[in-house]
Formats: sequence, structure tokens, C-alpha cells
Amino acid sequence: MTEIQIKLNGSVERIDVDPWVSLLDLLRETLKITGPKKGCDQGACGACTVLADGRRINACLALAVAYDGSEITTIEGVSHPIQEAFIHRDGFQCGYCTPGQICSALGMLGEYQAGMPSAVTEAGEVPAGKPSPEEIRERMSGNLCRCGAYNGIIMAIQDVAGTENR
Amino acid sequence: MTQDSPAGGTNGKYVGRPIARIDGPAKTSGQARFAAEYSYPDLAYAALVYSTIARGRILSMETAAAKAVDGVVAVLTHENAPPMKPAGKLSPFDVSSIAISTSVNYLATDEVHWNGQPIAVVVAETHEAAQYAASLVTATYQHWHAKVDFASEVPNAIPDKGIPFMTGKADKGDAMAALATSPFTVDLEFSTPQYNHNALEPHATTAVWDGDKLTVHEGTQSLTGVQGQLAKRFGIPKDNVRVLSPFVGGGFGGKARPWAGTLLAVLAARATGRPVRLTLTREGVYHTVGGRTASTQRVALGAGTDGQLASIVHTSVSRTGYVGGMPERITEVSHETYAAPNIYLQQSSMKLDLVSNTFMRAPGEAIGSFGLESAIDELAWDMGMDPIQLRMANEPDRGPVSGKVFAHRHLREAYAVGAERFGWDQRELRAGAMRDGRWLVGMGVATAHHTAMQLTSSVTVRLNADGTVVVRCAMQEMGMGAPTVQTQIVADELGVPLEAVRVEYGDTDLPWGAPAFGSVQTASVTAAVLAACTKLKQSVLTLARKQPASPFKGRKLPELDTRDAGLFFGTRGQSYVEILNAAGRNHVEVAYKPNMPAFLARTVRDVGWRPKAATGAQFCEVRVDADTGEVRVSRWLGVFDVGTVINARTAESQLRGGIIMGIGMALTERTLIDHRSGRIINPSLSEYHIPVHADVPHIDVQYLNKPEPNSPLGLLGLGEIGITGVPAAIANAVRHATGKRVLDLPITLDKVL
Amino acid sequence: MKPFTYLKPHDIEAAIPAGTPPGTKYLGGGTNLVDLMREGIEQPDHLVDITGLHLDGIEELPDGSLRIGAAVRNSTLAAHPKVRKGYRVLSEALLSGASGQLRNMATVGGNLLQRTRCPYFYSDAAACNKRQPGSGCDALDGFNRSCAVLGVSDSCIAAHPSDMCVALSALDAVVHVQGPGGTREIPLTELHRLPGDTPNIENTLEAGELVTAVVLPPPLSARSTYRKVRDRASYAFALASVAAALEIEDDKVTRIRLALGGVGTKPWRAYEAERLLLGGPADEQAYRRAAEAELAAATVRAGNAFKVTLAEATIVAVLRDLSKAGAGS
Repeated sequence: MTEIQIKLNGSVERIDVDPWVSLLDLLRETLKITGPKKGCDQGACGACTVLADGRRINACLALAVAYDGSEITTIEGVSHPIQEAFIHRDGFQCGYCTPGQICSALGMLGEYQAGMPSAVTEAGEVPAGKPSPEEIRERMSGNLCRCGAYNGIIMAIQDVAGTENR
Repeated sequence: MTQDSPAGGTNGKYVGRPIARIDGPAKTSGQARFAAEYSYPDLAYAALVYSTIARGRILSMETAAAKAVDGVVAVLTHENAPPMKPAGKLSPFDVSSIAISTSVNYLATDEVHWNGQPIAVVVAETHEAAQYAASLVTATYQHWHAKVDFASEVPNAIPDKGIPFMTGKADKGDAMAALATSPFTVDLEFSTPQYNHNALEPHATTAVWDGDKLTVHEGTQSLTGVQGQLAKRFGIPKDNVRVLSPFVGGGFGGKARPWAGTLLAVLAARATGRPVRLTLTREGVYHTVGGRTASTQRVALGAGTDGQLASIVHTSVSRTGYVGGMPERITEVSHETYAAPNIYLQQSSMKLDLVSNTFMRAPGEAIGSFGLESAIDELAWDMGMDPIQLRMANEPDRGPVSGKVFAHRHLREAYAVGAERFGWDQRELRAGAMRDGRWLVGMGVATAHHTAMQLTSSVTVRLNADGTVVVRCAMQEMGMGAPTVQTQIVADELGVPLEAVRVEYGDTDLPWGAPAFGSVQTASVTAAVLAACTKLKQSVLTLARKQPASPFKGRKLPELDTRDAGLFFGTRGQSYVEILNAAGRNHVEVAYKPNMPAFLARTVRDVGWRPKAATGAQFCEVRVDADTGEVRVSRWLGVFDVGTVINARTAESQLRGGIIMGIGMALTERTLIDHRSGRIINPSLSEYHIPVHADVPHIDVQYLNKPEPNSPLGLLGLGEIGITGVPAAIANAVRHATGKRVLDLPITLDKVL
Repeated sequence: MKPFTYLKPHDIEAAIPAGTPPGTKYLGGGTNLVDLMREGIEQPDHLVDITGLHLDGIEELPDGSLRIGAAVRNSTLAAHPKVRKGYRVLSEALLSGASGQLRNMATVGGNLLQRTRCPYFYSDAAACNKRQPGSGCDALDGFNRSCAVLGVSDSCIAAHPSDMCVALSALDAVVHVQGPGGTREIPLTELHRLPGDTPNIENTLEAGELVTAVVLPPPLSARSTYRKVRDRASYAFALASVAAALEIEDDKVTRIRLALGGVGTKPWRAYEAERLLLGGPADEQAYRRAAEAELAAATVRAGNAFKVTLAEATIVAVLRDLSKAGAGS
């Protein structure tokens, strides 16, 4: 057991963990923060997406011990117009992928604002302003939705792009 | 209108409007809790061990290493597990038998029936210890011969006798002779692989015993199916089993029945005396939950020079498991789609040493429409005809096999609306003639078709003296928006605001609700809700009339308006609050229970006489890379006749979801079963490719919104129709873009290159 | 996952002795290693986390080359202005791999050493010489659609999964390592081994050797690009990929770099095609001849024969695009 400290959704947590415990299992099983979901446990679906020091990551492939000292934001710590936009645009059905989609979208918008390119970014810089649907689709492709609420998700993200001051 | 067929009217204040989902705030804030998210003191974690051979007998099991892992509570195998009762047999006379997923009595037998069958359960203090210990359990086997390869068994398939109400069989006229004499013919062999549901939530069960009472948190499409199976397998009365499933992380047929994980979680909890949670790994879902059968089909069409079909031959082969499953009714689509004087339909199936096949979104029609709708398109190429024109030339006005007049069919309108909206007239007639840079562009269409069924439900509706309404029904919500649409319906029926209505669901302690499969739930529950609301208003009216100064003296319910949270006759009326207060009642509650004999009689009559179906026209544009053969879908339009649309927002989403699953079926998805070992070798979301954001364009969904005359509120189910026709529309568009007809799904680039 | 100890040292001097004993693995972002541990394919007793070693810098060296720390995250590297400008092929390769989340976690060192996605390697019920030496290879006569056609052996046909390595191969990158015996430099093209009879041994690193940096020679004047062909539009491994840099003067190829992904058992530098192209005409016929020559060495199985055609077509398409775009700018 190793004691680690994380700042989870604004409050400091000190926890003893075994090295084999993933950040996702630490959140879900020990801390009862069940917003981040387990869809594949191998980085293939994005349902476990959380923000670690502001960057989106797959919590299932993160060993909790390696995140000692980090600031972790899960859906439980998000209060943002994007949530209302997801409802308005019907960006979900069953709701299982939704926390991951929302956290991923927030991280993604931050990356876009910071000028980080994607596979569909043309030569030169990332254009200012709102990302195009094509950019959002490519950048969000790490978040699967089997219900197929993709159209609603893209529209919801477009609605709030440019407002992501967290 | 009978009591069992309440096709009631509605004020329509909420019905038909795109109301936001009532569970939206819970789902967007992380507050929605799924089956693996209920914690109990002393909760233990279970993990499964899977067989590594397809058929044989376990000679020995080595569990010592697993038991030695820190935190392991128990290792259960066939040598030490408490017994479960046998599964029983699937029977058309026992509705509850549909919940049997496999006949295997897990951990009560040393026999192995498929590669990946659970052969042990490890229970431990932590999830990590359970998983690690499970990886240390090994077995030695006596190997038996196994049949696992679908393709090589196709020649040995046996004709199906037919499934009650779901026959895919027909023999009208002489289809073979008519085929031989037709001036235009196509005769094509299609094949499709196994597909798996891949709901994002892996199957999970949290099981808690209290004496001989059992509480189970489980994501399921059939609360009562799980309840009934568990009661049977563990030898306790049904009422001792409570199943809770307020949120289900996707189902698509994969959660229609309880599979091994559910049973083994409950068994492990009983054996250890601890609350036990078993969350299947993604790999575990593939190994223990069946998928859509692989298939082959032959579709042969014969037509005259005018395009009139003279002959339809549609035969198919699917598979079940030796341990369960049902033949898939692949050819059923040809019962209903095109008029022809000669029709021959026959289904065959085989048994394999694989986990049972099971329902997956639009069983039968998803596959069958690929064959039929590809073949009609190929016929159009042969004849030099527009494929929509050819379809319309053969659009039937009555069931092509049954001869019964359709009560409701608007496919011509769907195509007309779609062709206009999609710009079908922009389609070049020649293949390979449309190009955009590196992309070859193609446009395709196909007909969507899904037979509508309706079950029944029980429901209670309670009106409180404060004006709030509580509807209780053990229905399921896995993303369709079920509680949202029932809230709309009740609000309209009772003339109360949406906010006044609360729908309780997802709990077997509630009145029995229809399962959420076969696109039946909404119609089934709506019928009961409408009946209950009528009954409630009658009770309220009766109460009101007892008051000396009642404005309703001598009035009957049909004469009254329901609005403004009360009953009105002209301008005179009383609110529910006033009526209940005046009567000194704090609530009025009514229960609706279906009259089963009447319901069954009507169902039999409807199936035989008034086939109901949702239909639609799927339009798509694909782009095929001229160098590499990569196929991408660039535009989509679906125009659907699904009867009345209660909620445009949730309906659109569900139809889009079906289309997207169809895009995956057409282009990227395939469960790989090793032909030697029977092992699924891509049991992961990284190697089984469901569509990602980048694969999905904006999908335009339109509906005709014409009420079906014999359905409650005029609605037809819409959960499954979206996927039908999709693979064919894509194959047809690829044919248009490249000149190549791909007969084998998925249409990966190596088949187009 | 087997239990293990975890150590996060703060300098390389502490990390290397800790990482040298048998059963020890270095941990970067964990995106591949943690998955393999959960699958039971990797079973280390000790993990040494290298993300605290200050290996996360990107700096231009006096000679114009670019030194990339081994712990730099894939997304950071892809977005770096010097990489976007001078090593376009590398940025594009990185961005075509995995997902936004995974790129935020994955490190350069980890990406260099990521292991194959051959389905039989992942299946504990299958024979796999890479996973269990001597057990056989079920991919040979099984589902081998994703497997390699170049550099294969009778023991193994698993494809190398990295996109980044394909670009680094084309760029003549040099891998800097430090181990118990000191530091050394390994050309990227010599880091990965062909499977031969020992597909379980995948690279030329010695026990305890830690990748500390990757150094890119000064930017080429040639235009470069990366094209990845796969089943999904995003978030899937390559069926074939091409990293290329091309410079044309007077309709002649004056500079060419070509490497292939998805088709080789290691990141595949297409030397033969380069040799044929250099100094020759810059036209489609020449591109096709070169592509066919490179793929002439392919050994195909039933499920992956298409990869020869696909790789050839992709090479031609990429070179055609680069010539059209005015290679040399």
C-alpha cells in the first residue's frame, strides 16, 4: 500500500492504494465516484474519461499510484453549460458513455483553444473560433457511443464551443 | 375499442412534441447509477474463469494458486459449488421460458459446451484480487469433437419447421419455374458474420441474499425475465426475487435474457453469504453473451420486361448453439416487401458448439433486408431501371404471401418524400460516374421494414390530492426515453402539466411491465396507461358527482374535457385538487391489469389478419477511396413510417442509433470466431470495430407521422426499424460508386480494392 | 493483473539500477503496458515509473536536430511547432494513432516499445510464439487479415502497431538509451528486431536500458506526409500506412524517404523503393514500379494477401499527392 494524495473535484483526498489499482477503480470502488464508467477497461471506449490536471485521460489505463499529487476532475465535479446542451441536443440515450463524452469534450475544447492540431487539421495552425463538425468528430473519436447519439453530441459540443472557461 | 385495445385519443399538448428526456439531469451529472454502482457493506467481487476448449469434459482443475491470493474468499467450481436447478426448456407455451439463455447448468457440470464457457467463479475482497486469482485457475480437459465453423457446416443445415407467429416459410405458386422463364433474373448468395451487441455497459450484477430473499441490481431489458429465471434456478418463489434496473447502459437484445454472469453472481453470493458484484470484463461479455447469428442467404428474383416480379426465392441458413438459441427468421422480410405471384421462402439452421445465438436489434430483418434489398438493386442494374422505380412497380397493396390487406402502409410516400429531400435526381445513372477528388461517390437506397408487435402490461396510476400523478410500471429504460414518453402521454390524458407526473419503473416490485425487446415496450405500456388513465378519470368523475353541487351531474366521461388539471364540461369544471379535497380523499389510485385471454385472442387475430409493420426508405451516399477502397458514409436520410411519433427528439435519436449500428454492420463490425478452436479472438472494443464519431455523418431522419389505426395512440415500435435496410443501402451505394457488388458483410476495403 | 511494486525515482541514476533486475519494467503512460498486464501478457514484479525523470523536454540542438525526451506525451509532440513545421510526417503519424485521451497519456518511449495487436497474441487460449515461445502461431492459418506481409517468419507474422515509429523510421531518427553500461545511440531502424525464431524478443535493448530520448536530424527540405489506411475513419490500427518525404527537381526525384506501417513485423523502411526512385522520373509509373519492387519480398497468407495491393496503392497515392502538392516547398 502506498499513500497518495489527489485533489478530486476540488477536495483533497488521501488514500492508501495498492499499485495494481487503476485510477478508475480507485474512483469507482474506493471513493464511490461512479460517474466515470468502465466500458472496456482497456482504453478502447473512452467511457472512463476524466481530466487529470486539465488533460483528458482514460482512467482505466492509469495506475492510481502514478497520479499521486494530481488534480482529477470527474463528471461529478463538472458544472458547465455543456451538460444542458447535451440534454437540449439529446446527446445521449442510455447515459453510460455520457460522463466520458462530457469530460472528453471539455478536455478536447481546451486542446482546440490551445491550438493543438488533430488528424484532420489542414497544414498550418488550428483555425480560431469554433471547431468544425469534422474536427469535433475526429477529436471525439476516442469516445464510443453504442446507442448512436453521435449527432446530438456533436451539436451539443458545437453549441458550447468557445465558452469552455473552466 | 375494447378494454384491451384502448386506442384512446389525446389532447396532444405534449404527445408529439420533442420533450427533453426527464432523466437528462441525472445522466449528464454522473448521478445515474447503473447495476455495478450499488455498494453494500461487506461487498465481495467475483470474476469468471472461462474454458479454453469448445467441447469436452473437465478432467481436473487447479485452484490452489488462486486460493492463495491475498483476499480470495472462495473459488467455486463444479467440484464445490452449491447446485442450481436446471434451466428448463424453451417452449412456445411458456412465456417465461424465453428468459433461458443457455441450457447449461453452470458449475454443476464438468461438461464444456463452448470455448469461453464459465467453469469457475472466484470471489475476493477486491476486484483486483478476484481478477488476478481467476487468471491463475487452470483446467485439464478431455477433448471432444466440436463443430464450431459456420461456413463449413452450411451444407449440413436442416430446414426449420417454423417458429410460431414468426414463420419465414412460404411456398406460393411455383417460384422455381417462374424464375426459369423470367426474362430478367438475379440469383445471388449473401453472407454475414456474427455480430455482437457491445452495449457500452458490460453486463453487471450485484446480488444480495437475505435468507431466501434475493435482491439483484442488474441492467436488463426484461425485469420479469430475470426475476422468473432466478426464482426458478434458485428454487425460491418469484416474489422473493426483487430485480432493480432503473438505468440500463444499452441492451440491443444482449440484455434481453439473463446470461451466465447473472446466475453466477447470485450463486456466488449464496455460496459465500456475502453480497457479490460480478461485472463482466468486455472479453467476458463476448464469451458468455450470445450475438447475432452468422448467415448465408440466397435471393433469386425473376422479373418481366416491365419490371414486375414474377418470382421471389429467398432461402437462408442461420445457426443456434447446441445449448440454446433460436433460428433467425431471415426470410420473413420477403413475406411483406414485394408483390409477386410466385414466392418460395425457406429457412434452415444448424447447431454449433458455440454460445447460444440471441436477439440483436431487428433479428431476421437486419440480415434478411441485406439480401433482399441488395438483390432488387442488382435487378435494377440488370434492367437499366431506377431502383426506386423498380421497387414502386412491385409495391404490394396486400401481404404478398398472406393476401391480407394492409391496414396501414405508406412506403410510396416515404420514397417520394425521401427522393425529393435527398436529391435522388442528382444520381448519375452509370456506376463510377460520380467523383469528388480522390473519392468515388455513390448513392443507394433500400427499404426498411420491421414487423410491429404488441404485448401487454399492468400499470397503476395514482392521483394525489396535491395534483401530482404517480405512474407505476415495471418497464425498462435503456435509452429509448420510455419514462419520458409515458410522462407525456399521462400528462395529456389527464390534462396535467408534465412536471406533475412521475413515472416509476425499473423495479419488479412495480406492476408487471412488458419487456423492452421486439420494439414492443412503448406500444404495450401505452395501451395499459391509456386504459388506466380512462379508469382513473372515471373514478374521479364518480367521486365528483357525489358532491351536491357537482357540475357533472348526469354527465358521462366521454362528454367531458380533460384539461387544466381537471375535468370540464364546457366552461364549467373542477380541478382534480378540488374534487379530491371536496371528497376528503388524499388520493385516487387505479390499477390496470390486462385480460390475458382477450389479449392473446386479439394478438393471434392481428398476426393472422392485420399484419402491422413500420416501414421506411433509407437513402445514403458513400465515398470510396479510388486508391485504397476505404468506404465512408457521407450522407444519410431515413424517411420512416412508424405511426404516431410521441417524442420527436427521442424517436429521432433511436432511429439514428439503429442506422449507425447498421453502418457498423455494413462496414466494420465482425465477430471473429476461430474456425479451429471456436474461440472469439477479437473480444474487445479495439478489435471489434463499432462506428466512432468520425464514421458518422449528420443523419437526417424524417417521419410521416401517420397514426396506425389499430395501435394505441397509433404508434408502431421504432427501436429496431432503423437498422433494417442500412447494410443494403450501403452495398447499393458502393455498387453505384465502384461497379462492385459486395455480397459478404462487412464491406471492408479488401473487398472493394 | 499480477501484483507488483511501484517506484517513481526522480533521477536517471536511481532509475537504472531499479530498472535492471529481471522482472522489472519501465512505465511511461501505461497505455499499452497496463493493458498487457491486465491481460496477463506482461507480468512484471516491479514497475519503475519514468515520468519523474525530467525526460519531458523538446529542444533544438545546435546542429539543428531536435531532441525529444522519452517521456514527452504523444499529443505534446504532435502539436509542437517545430514538429508541425519541420517534421510534418511525425505530427501526422502521431495524430493518426489512438485517441485524444491516449495521446495525452502515451509517451514517446512507450510508443517505441508498444507491442503487436495481433488478436492471437491477446488470446490466452491461442498458440502464440510471441506470448509463449515455442507454443506455435495460430495466426498463420487463422484470422491474419491484420498481420504483416513483410519481415515475417514461420514463427510469427504479427504486425508492428506503431504509427509514430513509421514516421521516425522515415526521418532517420536515432534512439538514445542509457543503461547499466552507460549510454548509447541506436538508429530507429535498428531498434526493432525481425521475429525470426524468437518473436518474443522484439528489440535490441539490453536489460536495464532505458530510452531517454529520440533525436531527429535537422528537418528535410522535402515535403512529408503520413497516410494511414484502416477500417474505421479514426481510432483503429493501420491496415497499411505510408510515411513519405519527397523532393522533386526538374521532374526527377531528388530526395525520397519512404516507410511503411501495418504491413511489416517492424516499422518498415522501404529502402528498395527509395533506391529505385532516387534520381528517377517523378511520375506515377515510377512510383508504382518502386512500390511493387518493395512489396516483391512480401509473404502473404490467405487473409492478408490484399495488403500487398493495398500498400502499393497507398504508396502510389501518397507520392502522387506529394508531387501534386509541389514537393520541394
